[in-house]
Amino acid sequence: MEDMFGSDDSRTRYPTTLEPEPAQQDDGAVRKPVAPQPQPQIEPQAFGGPLILTVADVDQLIRRLGADGRTVIGPKVDGPVIGYQPIGGAADLPSGWGDEQGPGHYRLRRRDDDALFGYALAPTSWKRYVFPARSELFRARREDGALAITTIPPARPRYAFIGMRACEIAALDVQRRVFMRPEAPDPTYAANTQDMFVVAVSCGSPAATCFCVSAGTGPEASGGYDIRLTEVNSTPNSPDHYFVANAGTQAGADVLAQLACKPASDSETGAATQIVQAAATAIGQGVKLDDVHELLARNRENPRWDDVAARCLSCGNCTMSCPTCFCSDVVDENPIGDDGVVRARVWASCFGVSYSQMHGGNARTSTSSRYRQWLTHKMSTWVDQFDVSGCVGCGRCITTCPVGIDIRTELEAIRATDTATKYPESVRPQTDEGLAT
Amino acid sequence: MTPTVARVVDRVVEGPGTVTLVIELSDALTAPAPGQFNMLWAYGVGEVPISLCAVPPLTNVILHTIHDVGAVSHALCELRPGDQLGVRGPFGIGWDLTPARGQDVVVMAGGIGLAPLRPVVEAILADREAYGQVAVLLGARTPNDLLFPAETAAWSLSLQVETTVDRSAPGWTGDVGVVTTLLGRIRHNLTDAVAFVCGPEVMMRFGARALLDRGVSAEGIQVSMERNMQCAVTMCGHCQFGELFVCSDGPVFPWARVESMLGVREL
Amino acid sequence: MKSIMETLAAQPIFADIDESTLTLLAGCARHQRIHAGTRLFTEGAPATDFHLIREGRVALGIYTPHAGLVTLETRGPGQIVGWSWLFPPYRWHFDAEALEPLATIQFDGHCIRGKCDSDPVLGYDLMKRFSTLLDADLRSTHLRLLDVYHRAPTS
Repeated sequence: MEDMFGSDDSRTRYPTTLEPEPAQQDDGAVRKPVAPQPQPQIEPQAFGGPLILTVADVDQLIRRLGADGRTVIGPKVDGPVIGYQPIGGAADLPSGWGDEQGPGHYRLRRRDDDALFGYALAPTSWKRYVFPARSELFRARREDGALAITTIPPARPRYAFIGMRACEIAALDVQRRVFMRPEAPDPTYAANTQDMFVVAVSCGSPAATCFCVSAGTGPEASGGYDIRLTEVNSTPNSPDHYFVANAGTQAGADVLAQLACKPASDSETGAATQIVQAAATAIGQGVKLDDVHELLARNRENPRWDDVAARCLSCGNCTMSCPTCFCSDVVDENPIGDDGVVRARVWASCFGVSYSQMHGGNARTSTSSRYRQWLTHKMSTWVDQFDVSGCVGCGRCITTCPVGIDIRTELEAIRATDTATKYPESVRPQTDEGLAT
Repeated sequence: MTPTVARVVDRVVEGPGTVTLVIELSDALTAPAPGQFNMLWAYGVGEVPISLCAVPPLTNVILHTIHDVGAVSHALCELRPGDQLGVRGPFGIGWDLTPARGQDVVVMAGGIGLAPLRPVVEAILADREAYGQVAVLLGARTPNDLLFPAETAAWSLSLQVETTVDRSAPGWTGDVGVVTTLLGRIRHNLTDAVAFVCGPEVMMRFGARALLDRGVSAEGIQVSMERNMQCAVTMCGHCQFGELFVCSDGPVFPWARVESMLGVREL
Repeated sequence: MKSIMETLAAQPIFADIDESTLTLLAGCARHQRIHAGTRLFTEGAPATDFHLIREGRVALGIYTPHAGLVTLETRGPGQIVGWSWLFPPYRWHFDAEALEPLATIQFDGHCIRGKCDSDPVLGYDLMKRFSTLLDADLRSTHLRLLDVYHRAPTS
């Protein structure tokens, strides 16, 4: 089909994508992905010094938030997994349960202690509370040929989220940038997050899938919480099981004040710090992310996309479990037995068949193009769009992938096949002198 | 994402499977611009982006020309005067006529691509002295598919209008051939010209390259992109094209902005 | 009327051509004015000459008993009408009819072939120039084969 694109002569005039292009060096600076971080960062002592909570205090905390009319959501053993579910007190928390996560792998494991937050994170995120999988936008009826539209004011659940990890708080911030742009704030997201109360819990038992340290989001929340807890439970069934609590907002400080807790000693805060540091060490700098914005932007055509496509089932699990993926369909639902119509927004996946459907065809039919869209959006074009990376390093896409595709491995593979020119050897175009050598 | 209810006041069959709806809104659109689009909602079926086919200032009557290509556009094409539909908009960044002022202009439209370009030509005619030589190049599938024959005939009184079809039909004595060949009918130098191109993506690619061949700069060429759209407010994700959201960064882009990405398959 | 040399030199396909080649070409060319409705050539007839259109449009088509002349493509200013003079068996494959009054440069194909044959350097240069137009025609045809404006069948 060479003639469809004109002569060699014309090719030199139009730099089509078959031309190797020099790396962009407009401003001489390499743009780095902005690590998702809730702003502003909270000064450690801004709302009083650290306090010590017992398990009973945590129970009180949950009950008081509930008594305040909040919908309290927290971790709970839900069949074979830990899920974020409505909870009524500390007894609902997964006491003594941990998790084991790997590529395409998740198991609950009994811990040898009674830690309340001794797991890494739930395989499904908090996303479904702030950005529900289905939300009704409006209802409509047709009466005597006239359309009558009834808007549905979004419920205001006044959520209290107990046990948010640092990466999950970062994910909230990432989605806030999508849904709460000043020119078009989303009413549903606004209603669900407006009066939200966040109790962060620092990570003490990260999973093999975690890479928040590389992503710059964890393992300890630096902002975006009302209260931050770090659980200390050094020995099995230790009477010395406590939580070091920091208030991040006045609301958080007010709730803590009601619990009448004692201030934390230096050794207690020291123990908490050690737990976080140990978690950070365990997670490690597992994957290089500081160059992925440019790496993926210049590797739109890389043989690795076909390689991963040979394994990828295009199931969309990664997009559903991802705490930042925000795509949706807006559909007309025609309920049986009702002559009205519900206009609803439902989660969509860029791996879906109809995602890029246009009249007459589909912009992305191959799995390789869909995987490329997902990963390149998440790690590269997201930065262009929202000034932040779409990846917080929670690793859910790794755990929930039925064939165990590991985003970290794929990035490394892309980097390994990055030819620095835009295209791999096999498709490098002819030059005027003849075949490229 | 709730539309306002609007009423169809007239329906014009433009050709096979193509209908122009004249729609009366309760209130005039806020500052509509050529190249912008509305989301039109067919009750119980769905919502699709449709370009404004006319940009009437300060009036609550709008025109949308719709090609019957899917479930929603079919339902819209089936609407009759008196029927109601939902309208949201206008959305997006339209054609930028500013760089065209004082310059020669090429308008290249293929098929239904003329609909979003019609307000460009109307804007030029309304301020004719502000532009140099203006050529309107029109391509369609068959003579029967040519849009707005009365309007394009009127344009030809003050602009160079060239029309071609891909397939002839009995009685057709006009041009037969691809729309890009009509560039050969423009005799003057196009180095500083500004071009507005709309049609199927393939036609825009070849049209833009033909314009580059004639010396038009990549910045001087504007194209209108199309992608799946569900929300039109940068939230549903579907219309992404590389780092661009077609709904709000476009749909109109300078060729220089999209050229390299249009060469990447399945982007 | 301009001299044939001047007119030829002004045509894009003869841009930057050297003087001697132009002189040779001019020896095989002449100005022509043709009335609208004139048939320039007919399918099956010997292909001896061809036209470079300066003004007006020509329909290339095939005659069918039911629909008369079915226009396959129209050609306008700057385009060539007729390639069959270049290739054996030198017979027209289509009909060509003037849709409007034409001003053309008419070339004697046999004359040009002879000069190209006897001077391969000249022949190569001219063939490259004519080929760009053939290439453009082919690309246009390819694009039309795509039928890009055809709406997808609604399912």
